[in-house]
Amino acid sequence: MKILAVCGVGQGSSLILKMNVQQAVDEMGLDAEVENTDVSSAKMEEVDLIVASGFHEGTLKEAMSPVVIVKDFMDIEEIKKEVQEFLDKKGG
Amino acid sequence: MQDRYLREENIRLNMQARDWEDAVRQSGKLLVEAGYAGEEYVEAIIEMVKKDGPYIVISQGLALPHARPEEGARKEGISIITLKEPVYFGHPDNDPVDVLVAFTGSDGDSHLEMLQDLAGFLNRKENLEFLRRAESSLEVIDYIKNNREKGVEAN
Repeated sequence: MKILAVCGVGQGSSLILKMNVQQAVDEMGLDAEVENTDVSSAKMEEVDLIVASGFHEGTLKEAMSPVVIVKDFMDIEEIKKEVQEFLDKKGG
Repeated sequence: MQDRYLREENIRLNMQARDWEDAVRQSGKLLVEAGYAGEEYVEAIIEMVKKDGPYIVISQGLALPHARPEEGARKEGISIITLKEPVYFGHPDNDPVDVLVAFTGSDGDSHLEMLQDLAGFLNRKENLEFLRRAESSLEVIDYIKNNREKGVEAN
């Protein structure tokens, strides 16, 4: 699957989020490729999942791809939980 | 983390800050003094937080002040400040903040390498706890060096 990690600038926090999302999905055993970008570009991208901070939830309402919100970008367990919930919902 | 983007003089511990803006200015000033950014970079960070909200508070108690490279970054670098009394950014989950790690990026791989290093350091809770307890910049630099050597051995 293809995942986008998103922040306002697209190269600071989102890069750190990208690394942690990659670590989380690797630990979950998912075959996923994680990229990072800024929130305006993310809206127009068709991917399997967008991971972002709550501050961008409003902007991402118009996104073409599903979005999950992560509170703590450094918390691998939280990221895993959000991704898992997304997969469960999608599956069910 | 490499010496070229984090030096002893870029670290200030147990600082006093009136509010989040003052704290961001202090961390930004270290970037300016080190030659990593112009003063406009610090203003850009503050404007962005006011406009888009404090999403630079990426984790509990931790803010990463930064703006776009084209907003006044000169070369890649990091500053670290810790606060005696934490400040509130207005973040619903991760306030209050007592560690600020400001950085500048540039395009290209060296910037990626720096952020990769930084992410690797910050996502270990014990490293953040260390920063909160540390009393001197030298202690932090030594710790980071040792950490790096350990990291290299582990690979």
